[in-house]
Amino acid sequence: MFTKLKSLLNNNEVRAIVFQILAVVVIAYFAYQAFDNLMLNIEQRGIRSGFGFLNDEAGFAVNDNFFLDYSPASTNLQAFYVGIVNTLIVAITGIFFASVLGLIVGISRLSSNYLIRKIATVYIEIFRNIPILLQILFWYSIALSTFPSPKNSINFFDSIFLNSRGLYLPKPIMESGFFFVLASLVIGIVAYIFIKKRSNKKHDETGVVTNTTVYFLGLVLLLPSVVYFAFGVQLEYPMLKGFNFRGGVDLSIEFFSLAFALSIYTATYIAEAIRSGIESVDSGQKEAASAMGLTQTQSLRLVVLPQALRVAIPPIINQYLNLTKNSSLAAAVGYTELVTIFSGTVLNVVGQAIEIIILTMLVYLTISLVISLILNIFNKKMQIKGK
Amino acid sequence: MNQLLKLSAVSLITIGSFSVQAGIFHSDTLKDVQAKGSLTCGVSTGTPGFSSPDSSGHWSGIDVDVCRAVAAATLGDAMKVKFVPLTAKERFVALSSGEIDMLSRNTTWTHTRDTSLGLTFAGVNYYDGQGFMVKKALGVNSVKELDGASFCIQAGTTTELNLADYFRSNKMEFKAVTYDTSAQTKGGFEADRCDALTSDVSQLAGLRSTLKDPSSAVVLGDVISKEPLGPVVRKDDNTWLNIVRWSLNAMIEAEELGVTSATIDDASTSPGIQRLQGKSGKLNESLGLSKDWSRNIIAQVGNYGESFERNIGMSTPIQLPRGVNQLWLKGGILYAPAFR
Repeated sequence: MFTKLKSLLNNNEVRAIVFQILAVVVIAYFAYQAFDNLMLNIEQRGIRSGFGFLNDEAGFAVNDNFFLDYSPASTNLQAFYVGIVNTLIVAITGIFFASVLGLIVGISRLSSNYLIRKIATVYIEIFRNIPILLQILFWYSIALSTFPSPKNSINFFDSIFLNSRGLYLPKPIMESGFFFVLASLVIGIVAYIFIKKRSNKKHDETGVVTNTTVYFLGLVLLLPSVVYFAFGVQLEYPMLKGFNFRGGVDLSIEFFSLAFALSIYTATYIAEAIRSGIESVDSGQKEAASAMGLTQTQSLRLVVLPQALRVAIPPIINQYLNLTKNSSLAAAVGYTELVTIFSGTVLNVVGQAIEIIILTMLVYLTISLVISLILNIFNKKMQIKGK
Repeated sequence: MNQLLKLSAVSLITIGSFSVQAGIFHSDTLKDVQAKGSLTCGVSTGTPGFSSPDSSGHWSGIDVDVCRAVAAATLGDAMKVKFVPLTAKERFVALSSGEIDMLSRNTTWTHTRDTSLGLTFAGVNYYDGQGFMVKKALGVNSVKELDGASFCIQAGTTTELNLADYFRSNKMEFKAVTYDTSAQTKGGFEADRCDALTSDVSQLAGLRSTLKDPSSAVVLGDVISKEPLGPVVRKDDNTWLNIVRWSLNAMIEAEELGVTSATIDDASTSPGIQRLQGKSGKLNESLGLSKDWSRNIIAQVGNYGESFERNIGMSTPIQLPRGVNQLWLKGGILYAPAFR
């Protein structure tokens, strides 16, 4: 019996499993103890716990609210949603502009033009090496002192206004007309993607190039415009009334400063990722492309970039995640995103730090995991097949 | 085999110590403070007159004086205070986590804060209310004229909630721009990001005095809320709560008895003054302090009136009138429970 046990313990496979089980048990026990300790302390100090506060009235106003229904009479849960939406909006805006700018700068960095190359290098070296928080504060104070006061707003056709408090845009009124325009736009885009795919397939099979620009113009631009004029859409224009503009959609100057700073900062890293990707493409590829008579643009677009992106995507995923997490620095300039609203104001009103911080962390975790999931799928698709 | 034994032994020991730790619960703040030899007091990041450091890092203000009074009572030296500047958002967590021994940071006493944060308010050292500061150029005389205006506010304050309540009940619209610190809030107001800055009236006076051009802004007469400000301690230590409460009361009592830092050591036949001097009575015993605790407070910090005049009175740049913060005998609502 004992020898049997001993031989079992000397069995490598059994030992490995025993150790792993032991490790899991120890970790689980630690986690349980930590949690138990926490709950005990909370109870002893008489701090309220649980998630009941989510249904309490929030009682405070939120500056940036794009389309959710929110007022001080709403619940803390609704304030939480507003926070998530605002975080997503600033993250998506930042990711979009950082990508565009990063791509342009990354390519410029390898340009044969001395001036373009140097400007790109100087830009990257400056903005990559200044802490993001300082940049946010810098752009915010620049924006505050550059743009005019509401009474002297920069006026575009009496419908768009820009001043030191934000950008004011006309808001489409949600009626049937607006719905048709939106629907036709979606249909147009879907149809165009379908046509583009077919022409690409035809190109792969027969080598015949079809120009799809006319389809693009027709489906994506002309179709919604025709519907727009056919049905007519009511727009609510921003108007200067008293101290501020009322009506329409307003994008606060805090939102702009934050999105701008995040884009400018993250673009430097994306540019470097793109550059390293391009440099990883064998120079023989470019030479072969020009030997086949492709122009420089064609060679870049059809030969170099598709291969460069394979190398560049993993570091770019990281930058997207960083940008999303950096958006929590909004508290510095008062853009009302998740951290400002929820782990700022709500935390202070309610005082339940543990529950609120856990919820906030879960949101960031979820957003980050979703971004990395999407880009990993994209990455897989971009990889060279059959290798 | 040996390794396995070692591993299980080590994990058992760590788990054991972990569970034991959960059992011990610290709540003797007085002993901690006396062992450390200094009091750790949470204050604001800089509110002139209430708690702000000067160029050499010396803190002063009426909130700071409460910290100093507690240090004088417990350690016999009002200078033995370590100040921890906290934003409105950080303050309660800093206190409940034990980072600070007490909080004296213009904090409004509210029902929620008193009952659900595991904290207790020890008294009121300033009766405040929420007011408004606007640019003189706007030509506004009352809050009622501010329909649709933008307001600069500091995050995590009762101010945020009062503002929303007030505008809701008056059916007016407003925009709130919420900043993290009071310096940023002031910066937003100066940069014209908002039309008005709203905060406690006492802070408005201080903030206005630090504007680049104080004469460009006016503080409106309207007060839209009551904001009793006072020191806060953790709920789990009753002795400590009493020490903080009665240190503040001693300052108020001394003013009522007409005793100042200059006259506290003068011989007196009044039983009240003798109790304050520690010459009679046993007020110190139940607090676990030395006999001269209240004498030390008055000798080193002064009475409430002295503290008020020195930090926020008419002779200071903040120029706040005593108003309701006058003694009850003189028409105010300042009242210390019986000192016996």
